Amino acid sequence: MTAPRTVRASATWAALALLSAAVLVPFAWMLVSSVKLDDEVFTVPVQWIPKQFHWENYVDIWTTIPMLTYLKNSLLLSVVITVLQVLTGSFAAYGFAKVSFPGRDLLFYSYLATIAVPWQAYMVPQYILMEKAGLVDTHLSLILLQAFGAFGVFLMRQYYLTIPDELLDAARLDGLTEYGIWARIVLPLSRPAMASLALVTFVNTWNDYMGPFIYLTDNDLWTVQIGLRSFVGAYDAQYALMMTGSVLSVLPVVVIFLFGQRYFVQGIATSGMK
Amino acid sequence: MRRFPGPRRTTLAGWTFILPGFLGFAALTLVPVMATFGLAFLDWDSYSTPEWVGLANFERLAANPTFWTALGNTVFYAAGHVPLTLVASLGLAVLLNRRIRGVQYFRTALFFPYITSLVAVAIVWNLLFDPDLGPVNQLLRALGAGDPPGWTSSTTWAMPAIIIASVWRDMGYYMVLYLAGLQTIPPELYEAAEVDGAGAWQRFRHITVPSLRTMTFFILIMLTVSSFKVFDLVQVMTEGGPGRSTLVLSQLIFREGITEGRFGYSSAIAVVLFAVVLVLTMVQFGFSRRDER
Repeated sequence: MTAPRTVRASATWAALALLSAAVLVPFAWMLVSSVKLDDEVFTVPVQWIPKQFHWENYVDIWTTIPMLTYLKNSLLLSVVITVLQVLTGSFAAYGFAKVSFPGRDLLFYSYLATIAVPWQAYMVPQYILMEKAGLVDTHLSLILLQAFGAFGVFLMRQYYLTIPDELLDAARLDGLTEYGIWARIVLPLSRPAMASLALVTFVNTWNDYMGPFIYLTDNDLWTVQIGLRSFVGAYDAQYALMMTGSVLSVLPVVVIFLFGQRYFVQGIATSGMK
Repeated sequence: MRRFPGPRRTTLAGWTFILPGFLGFAALTLVPVMATFGLAFLDWDSYSTPEWVGLANFERLAANPTFWTALGNTVFYAAGHVPLTLVASLGLAVLLNRRIRGVQYFRTALFFPYITSLVAVAIVWNLLFDPDLGPVNQLLRALGAGDPPGWTSSTTWAMPAIIIASVWRDMGYYMVLYLAGLQTIPPELYEAAEVDGAGAWQRFRHITVPSLRTMTFFILIMLTVSSFKVFDLVQVMTEGGPGRSTLVLSQLIFREGITEGRFGYSSAIAVVLFAVVLVLTMVQFGFSRRDER
């Protein structure tokens, strides 16, 4: 009984090692290519260890394209949207989870109903609205569009439902207002959920392509995603620098993910299981 | 039951909690969603005044071959993306749902593509798929393929290339969901089956699959909806080309509505997209109901 079991366990382990390595191959290729010369990127066979490491690519990229501006814009949008989403999400979620009043469920269902509608189906009316407001080609348009998502409300509501009502009732008896309860009891208790929401929102905003693609035309406002995409379109053969730029665009998210993986996965599991 | 707080105070507090978020949501999501359905019946572009035209936009759509191409391409994408991602994520989750050394590392590695930016991923895959010198075709040649596909530069192979990249990117996400589902299955079930002499496949078939039915249903709906609204991966990898071979519905909405400013006509495409997603979701609901009986 034990012998075949060990064999099977080793086989599973080997399969997993192989699979995860295969999944990471594109990243390895990206990293290796980012320190090559352009004409060394495509070689037969693939050169997994560069003959010479051209670290100067990581210096040149900042002057070839306005990388610093792109990164600053991405950071600005991601931070502002994340802060707003966590604030509006947790504030509204408290109303939905812990205060009962007439009309509440109707409001909640209107959130629910729009979840099934793909964003692509209403992006045109949204765009018309932003155009009329004179907000096209501003960061404000993207901030407004992404700070009030239904996702934050759902995730936080889900977490607030697990906080016992008795706790809040006790606070009410002690004379705390609803706002006081939210700020002093519920917010501190829901740190893990806020961390999840913040991480997921930050990464989504950082990686967002479609929003900036539709709304931003001014090069000075571009995020790193749009900037990188247009670099690839404009300079077709600078393969090594394309990879250098890609590595830089992925790096912040990788760091955040490795530190906050637990919260990130938690966020996906909770929102996924509504 | 409760003496504190009085009803009026609660109502006021409740509204103040919800309104700031809700106003933003209503103005920027709810109103545009409803507007889509109105706009679809208008003849309105960026330089004309709106005029009610009934079903004219839909008639124009039905007569437009580009629309049918985009719909067909979207269905093609979904037909590849949904089953492949589902099977890959379930397989990975089952493999990973055990205590073995390095399991945390494997989970991270397999989930990793999902969090990296789509643009970087698309750029890398485009280069990997290079027909002449790309590593993918080098591998295929080494395996004996004399004439490997042209991938993103070929009208027949561009969509499969996009599907491969998309499955690679998304499977880790659904794997996490499946893992959460697997952890709710009591281990006693497997132990009992093993005592009864059930093999690994039988245990998978008769315990794992039925226990995950709700999760599978949920993932199927998420996958279907996300396939039908696919945009950015296609936009970055092929921009809908070569020719119109990978043009999808949401790109068509974008081109007609935002690039060309045909608000009414593009809204009609949006309504079709929404209707397709809605019908598919309802069909899946129907199947899952029937299964439960």
